[in-house]
Amino acid sequence: MPQLAELLETPLIFEQGQPGRANRYLPHHDEGADAYLPRDVLRAELPLPDNTELDVTRHFTRLSQLTFGIDVGFYPLGSCTMKYNPRINDAMANLPGLRDLHPFAPDELAQGALAIMWELERSLSSLFGMAAFSLNPAAGAHGELAALLISKAYFRKRGETARKTVIVPDTAHGTNPASAAMVGYKVISLESDKRGRVDPDVLRKVVGPETAVCMMTNPNTLGLFEDRITEIAEIVHAAGGLMYYDGANANALMGNARPGDMGFDLMHLNLHKTFSIPHGGGGAGAGPLGVAKHLVDFLPVPVVRERDGVFSLDFNVPSTIGPMRSFWSNFAHMVRALAYVCANGAEGLTRVSQLAVLNANYIRAKIRDVIDVPYDEWCRHEFVASAQTLKRETGVRALDIAKALLDRGYMAPTIYFPLLVPECLMIEPTETESKETLDAFIAVFRDIIARAHDDPQEILAAPQHTVVGRVDETRAAREPNLRWVR
Amino acid sequence: MLEAIGAKELADLVKVPDDVALRAQLELSPPLSESEIASKFSALAARNDALGYANFLGAGVYRHYVPPVIGALAMRGEFLTAYTPYQAEVSQGYLQAIYEWQTYICLLTGMDLANASVYDGATALAEGAIMAVNATGRQALLVSKAVHPNYRAVLKTYCDGLEVEIDELDYLASGTTDFSNLNERLAAGKYAAVIVQSPNFFGAIDSFPKDAAGAVKIGVVAEPLSLAVLRAPRDWGCDICVGEAQSFGVAAAYGGPHVGFIACTKEHMRRIPGRLVGRTVDNAGRNAYVLTLQAREQHIRRERATSNICTNQAHCALIATMYLAAMGATGLRDCALENLQRAQSARTTMLDVAGVSGRFSGATFNEFVVRVPGRASEALAALQRKHVLGGLDLGRFYPELDDCILTAATELTTQDDIDALQNGLRAVVPTLRKKELAAAR
Repeated sequence: MPQLAELLETPLIFEQGQPGRANRYLPHHDEGADAYLPRDVLRAELPLPDNTELDVTRHFTRLSQLTFGIDVGFYPLGSCTMKYNPRINDAMANLPGLRDLHPFAPDELAQGALAIMWELERSLSSLFGMAAFSLNPAAGAHGELAALLISKAYFRKRGETARKTVIVPDTAHGTNPASAAMVGYKVISLESDKRGRVDPDVLRKVVGPETAVCMMTNPNTLGLFEDRITEIAEIVHAAGGLMYYDGANANALMGNARPGDMGFDLMHLNLHKTFSIPHGGGGAGAGPLGVAKHLVDFLPVPVVRERDGVFSLDFNVPSTIGPMRSFWSNFAHMVRALAYVCANGAEGLTRVSQLAVLNANYIRAKIRDVIDVPYDEWCRHEFVASAQTLKRETGVRALDIAKALLDRGYMAPTIYFPLLVPECLMIEPTETESKETLDAFIAVFRDIIARAHDDPQEILAAPQHTVVGRVDETRAAREPNLRWVR
Repeated sequence: MLEAIGAKELADLVKVPDDVALRAQLELSPPLSESEIASKFSALAARNDALGYANFLGAGVYRHYVPPVIGALAMRGEFLTAYTPYQAEVSQGYLQAIYEWQTYICLLTGMDLANASVYDGATALAEGAIMAVNATGRQALLVSKAVHPNYRAVLKTYCDGLEVEIDELDYLASGTTDFSNLNERLAAGKYAAVIVQSPNFFGAIDSFPKDAAGAVKIGVVAEPLSLAVLRAPRDWGCDICVGEAQSFGVAAAYGGPHVGFIACTKEHMRRIPGRLVGRTVDNAGRNAYVLTLQAREQHIRRERATSNICTNQAHCALIATMYLAAMGATGLRDCALENLQRAQSARTTMLDVAGVSGRFSGATFNEFVVRVPGRASEALAALQRKHVLGGLDLGRFYPELDDCILTAATELTTQDDIDALQNGLRAVVPTLRKKELAAAR
């Protein structure tokens, strides 16, 4: 029997096809481009393959079969909120009146699109307790960047140019310090306390007249609620700094608590996480930016305005940081997010976060006797386990557990993040999974740990049932092959 | 489940300290059933009247024919609902598709390597400029005024953060960039990069002077279909080529999501931002694909990363890859020729109207500038009343061009559209001329 891998190995699209094997999508032209343009601006050849539509269809269908998505199976990837993506949202985004609308269409001919942006902006502002949201940023990191640019413009306007540091807890996503560096801020990393949280006393020591922003994720990436958040915000505000909320984990508190009520001045949301937008293999996302009242004049442009039921794009925001992207928003995702809000309403969204927390705690409770759970208390929407003891006893690491899960038909949790937990596995089931799915996952997880004790070699050799085995990443980095060459 | 957890009620699990407990009433619309959602959004879509108009808008977003097979393949749930392919063993399909995308961008631009995508054309330019700043250690850029104004505005937003200065190059009567004294300006060593777009915002085919040296040369491509016939950016001098690939099957969608790309020479490989897919082998020696050179990225290097980008536009890049695969060289070339032919026809037809004239003399692809009597905004408003979107008022971005319209025609522009535009102009222009004459007196 041939291996599945051999059956499915797919040649590159460039290794297929024959010249002239073209599809008749458009009228054929015998004349060359030199009928319209001077020769010195023209290319000599266009070395792309011609493939029939059937061959293209089979090619990408095969590639899809070699790709694991939520639609394929359980996807407990911590911090990424891989919930079900309802198809109604895509159908709405694909309505021709929304899909084909040109961004330079005059406002009066785009009232439906503007109404969608307006309603979403108002809904998000209410849900998260902010004065206003900008839908401009294209992703979470982009929203962070916009927020930090706002902080810089805000302090510049106030003449407080000495504020050049950003405080980031050691549990923070890598995008936080990377975004800070992109606006020329210096990063101060804040060590978490024994409870996995920010200690206000530690914070006091690093806060001062040079503090620009304190960036917090709440619940943090350990899945723990920062319960001294009010005190933290007071410390930062007393020093004249701004509080920034990283909304990556907003699925844990949506409808139950609001960043605006915790003292945050700025925040972003990852609509592709919390609001059920498909991640599409790594994007496109959407990272709306929320601000408190004192920062609305700094929002990126354009901003949607409403007057007597008529909507318009406003490019004249007094102290704007400018636009963050070519056009107004990742609009198709605004449609999806609003459809999701409409499907749930306020009560439904509140229920979403409660069930997300319930599911995470259920898995935690059911595996904590077989693997270390370093912060063993009720978690929020996700929790971290650690394979440190398991590794010492059996040689099996977090990476090996991840690979063994792939062999059993599950996506692996996020591993080796957050950085402060050794051999970390970060598990986030989301609210859309049934108890049966969770129980099946728990059984497999426990079985993998049991096998790690009985026969670690089997786990160390995983995955065996995927199209390829463990990939040589060192070679990929040492001899970069980033494109096909004839 | 609560019992296993040791909780009495669900509310206990999500409890927060009293001082941050929710007190406000959430102001959201009441929940709707799926059929009600469909009605609501259909009604909203119907309020976007622009779709019923003869549409000559381009300016960075182009209407192109998308074969239905693209949508059918792209909407497969495995692709749509996957995350970034961190676990290579169960992501070989998506990783291979991104490797193919990187290759397509290289073949079209002539560059050595390309990344897995960035947000859009404007952010691609900003990130490309940061690459040049890091490569040279210089804190200034020289940018052609014929680069898309939105791209320049975003560049400025990013540069404000990094305290990078921007100087401009003017444009000529041809609509191309004025490079006089370029090498003298570059010789002082002030500029990290010089930035040019082709076809540029006026539609004119631009390029660097042959002997340009002294800064990283960044080329911008906002209409990549043009690359089916035009010289590859590497061949007109680019060290880094950035751009927007919306034209390759990605919907206009009122501005996004679209898909930016960054391609460069080998020299800049370790400075490129975002994901890169590499080809390697697995533990049995089989071909395999994997995310690589991750030491550049934020999740490894944090504040020392080349960029903060994490989420990119993978699914749009996938759509573009499928589009290029389905079109092939033959289809893409035919499409480009349709664009050339229809743009030429639209331009000739417009210039036939007494009072309408050309503005720039340079060669163009599918977009061009015409001049009308009086203000372009008035002409466009009058055309709009006749159900024609004649193009973009250049006065919006260039006060000195407030009598100019930027008009695009693609393979989807019909003869009826062109007739409607001509008839509209015939009706509108005489009134504008009279007004202009009266104002002159």
